[in-house]
Parts: sequence; structure tokens; C-alpha cells
Amino acid sequence: MKIHNLALAVGAAVALAAGTAAAGDWSKIRIATEGAYAPWNFTDSSGKLVGFELDLAKDLCERMGSECEVVAQAWEGIIPALQAGKYDTIIAGMSITEKRMKVISFTECYAATPATFVVTKDSPSAGFKTDLEAINLAEVSGDEKTALDAIKQEFKGKTIGVQVATTHLNFLNEYLAGEVEIRSYDTQENLDLDLDAGRVDAALAAMSYWKPLLESDKGKNMVVVGPGLTGGPFGAGVGVGIRQDDKDLVAKFDEAIAAAKADGTISKLAVQWFGFDASCK
Amino acid sequence: MSIEFIQEVLPRLLGGLLLTLQIVPLSLVLGFALAVLVALMRLSPNLLLSGLAYGYVYVFRSTPLLVQIFLIYYGSGQFRSFFQEIGLWPVLREAYWCAIIALTLNTGAYTSEIIRGGIQSVPWGQIEAARACGMSRLLLFRRIIFPVAIRQALPAYGNEMILMVKSSSLASTITIMELLGVTRQIVSETFVVFPTFAMAGAIYLSINFGLTRGVQWLERRLSPDLYRPRETGDAIAH
Repeated sequence: MKIHNLALAVGAAVALAAGTAAAGDWSKIRIATEGAYAPWNFTDSSGKLVGFELDLAKDLCERMGSECEVVAQAWEGIIPALQAGKYDTIIAGMSITEKRMKVISFTECYAATPATFVVTKDSPSAGFKTDLEAINLAEVSGDEKTALDAIKQEFKGKTIGVQVATTHLNFLNEYLAGEVEIRSYDTQENLDLDLDAGRVDAALAAMSYWKPLLESDKGKNMVVVGPGLTGGPFGAGVGVGIRQDDKDLVAKFDEAIAAAKADGTISKLAVQWFGFDASCK
Repeated sequence: MSIEFIQEVLPRLLGGLLLTLQIVPLSLVLGFALAVLVALMRLSPNLLLSGLAYGYVYVFRSTPLLVQIFLIYYGSGQFRSFFQEIGLWPVLREAYWCAIIALTLNTGAYTSEIIRGGIQSVPWGQIEAARACGMSRLLLFRRIIFPVAIRQALPAYGNEMILMVKSSSLASTITIMELLGVTRQIVSETFVVFPTFAMAGAIYLSINFGLTRGVQWLERRLSPDLYRPRETGDAIAH
């Protein structure tokens, strides 16, 4: 009897292993998103996940002929849970950076937007501007150095809020640590509440996040200041995060993204959600 | 789990521990003072006082601490102009003080019930005896009721202190970089999950090990009669 049970158990285990192996054809793909980073991905009033990336994921899945299931996962655990096999991909406004490339793979970039500071309209920094409108941190020129120094000067001794585990936090740690007090938040939405409440003097996030927010009622008291920041710690745009072992899945997504770029689908979705074409060129 | 990784993150974890060791004792001390007051109000024959105390304890024991922390932190942010007018905003602006307030109010509610139980367990005979000696109410409370009540309440209060050490980790949800806050930050930077959380768990474990030992020692000091070596059954049989 016991041996019989054991045989059953072994049989079941083998069947289970075969089941996961069969999933390698990617007819079913599990996608994780954060659901708290509008308009990239967020939860609408009925509790449904919506946003630029949800529409994009739907389009890409159709192109790949895969059945996709999207789950919401808290931002700070989103990479560990991918590695633990809770889902197969991350489509959550995640920038492609060297640090993340060490632990996961990325597809090519599908969208990229500069990072900008935002303050409240009654803040002393509300009129802050530099001579440059954009700074690329990949190679910093003389003018760009001057503009970076102006940022340092403007926010010296102030508190800047930022979401935890983001390229924006990496930038603050690399360029402004010691000059400003950095406060990190679990979600961008909680940071917005504290910016509004005056607990932080400024917040740093992607332009694609700020633009729709500032046009809405929630952001009516906020204003973008200083130059747009790209390159360096901000990485090479936003891509789909995938386990390093799943090279076939990366290739599958790359193909679908290239096709969606080529026929203008990504540009169209970007304009629809961000108000400007944030697609990768 | 590599030695280099431990060497890299341990100093940061200990930095977070330092903040935990600030938040917990401060809210415990403030909460205890509040609890004594509330326990006395609760036992007062004045219906208004005891009703107020009952309401406070009821609300804070029946809602999750996380909800209380969010209400005090993000809730106060929504009524900023009101708090600015009454001059409380400089305090409520700081996440640190919001956490202290929430933890104090929470432990105050639980501790007041522990103290009330202690006070009510003081044998009536002792109180009568003290009255017979002509003690005033204040002296009676200071010399008889309070010391006996504390002794009775100590084991339950030890529990509450341990719970507070663990509850303080919820402060990490409002940007406070105490032990768990730092741990979560390290995890989200390095993606090394298991060793980091295991180290944080071990640190909490050692804090509470020390705390439990401390309470045990105090219990023995306060009730030496309970810990006298007893004559065993065998000895009696001989």
C-alpha cells in the first residue's frame, strides 16, 4: 500500500515537472506589474489594472499569440518574485540599468522619458530653471556640469522624496547625497501625498508620470522645475524584465516590440496615455 | 550568503537598529505614563472619565496598528491647514513623531488594560489593612496598590514590550528607516532577499532575547517569594 502511494506521488511529481517544461513554448505568459504608477500601470476605481503598459502588454501578447495573465506585485519585491518564478515577465515602467542587468535580462526598450523634479506651486523653488532644458548624464559636458551644480545649489539642505528601488533614487544617491535629505517611499502615490502635504520639498520621477498627474485635479498644486535628466543612472529606457535563463522569451518579446514600434502602435499608445510620444526610437 | 555581503550590509542594518532602539523605548515610556492615567480613569467612579477611557481603549485595541499609523501620518497631511492653525503641524510633519504618536497611543491602550487588571487583582484585605493603618488615598496607592499591581502585571507587560519591538517595524511604511525599513531598502537595491531578511529577523530575535531576560530578572527581584527553592515532594515524604 505504501509503495503504491509512493509510486503515485512520484508519478504526480513527474507529471508536474513535465507540465512546467511544456510551459516553455510560452503559450501562456504571466506578467507582473505594479499597479500604482499611473499612467504606466495603475488600478482604476473599479479595481482593474489599466494603463499604457496594460494596453501594450495586450498588444504584444496578441502579436506573440500567447495567452497573458497580468498580476499586481508590490514594486520593491518585483525582481525577487520574478526570480522565484511567481511570474515570467515584469512590465512595470522598469528602466534598463546595469545594476538590474546583473540579475535579470531585458528586452529592447519600448519607452523612455526624462526624469524631472516637481515641487508645489507655493514652494520657493517653483520658478527654478537652468540654462539647459535637458541633461544627458552619459557624457556630462561643461554646460551640463554647470546645470547639475545649479540643481545641487537649489536643493541644498532640502528634503527630496523618491520611490524606493528606482533609477531616480540611484541618481539622488550618486549626485546629491550629502547635499539633500533623501526620503524613499514604497509607492509613488504615497510620495505625491507627502509632496502635497509639504513633508518633502521636491519629488523626482519620470516626466511620463508627472505630465498626466499635473494635468489632473490631484496635481493642480504641483509644477515641474529644472531640466529633464536622462542617461547615466537613469539607464537606457524602459524594457520588459525577464529571467536570464529565458532567452527564448526575450527574443519573442523583442520581435513583438520591434513590430509594434514599426507599425506605430507604441507611439499611438504613448500619445494616448502620456500626452506625448514617449516610445523608444 | 557570503561574508562580504554580511560585512557590507551589517553596518547599515545596525544603523536601522539604532533608530528602532530609539522609537521603541520612547513610545513605551510615553505609552506607560498614558496607560497609568487611562487605567485610573477607567477605574474611576466618574462615568464620564471611565467612559472616555473605555472608548479610547476600545478604538485603539480594535483597529490595526497599520491603519492607525496611516491615519495619523497620511490623514494629518490631508488636514494640513487645520493643524497649521492649531500649531501641531511641525510635529505631525515629521514621520518620526507620527510613528511615536501612533505607537504610544496603541501601546497605551493595551497597557492600560494590563495595569487595570493588575490593580484589580490587589487583594482587598491588603487595602483594608492599609486603610486601618490610616493611610491617605495617595499613600495607599503609592505604597500598596501600585507596587502590587505592577508585580502582577509584569508578565503581561513583558509580552506587550516584545510586541512593541515587533510592531515598530510598521513605522517603515511611513518612510522611517528603522531596522525593517533599512532591510527592505537593501533588498530592493541588491535583490538578495533571504539572507537580508534572515539577518533582520536575527537582530529582532536578539533584542527580544535580551528583553525577555530583563523581564525575567525583574520578576525575580519583585517577587522573590515565588522563586525560593521549594522543598520537593520527596523531602516531605522523608
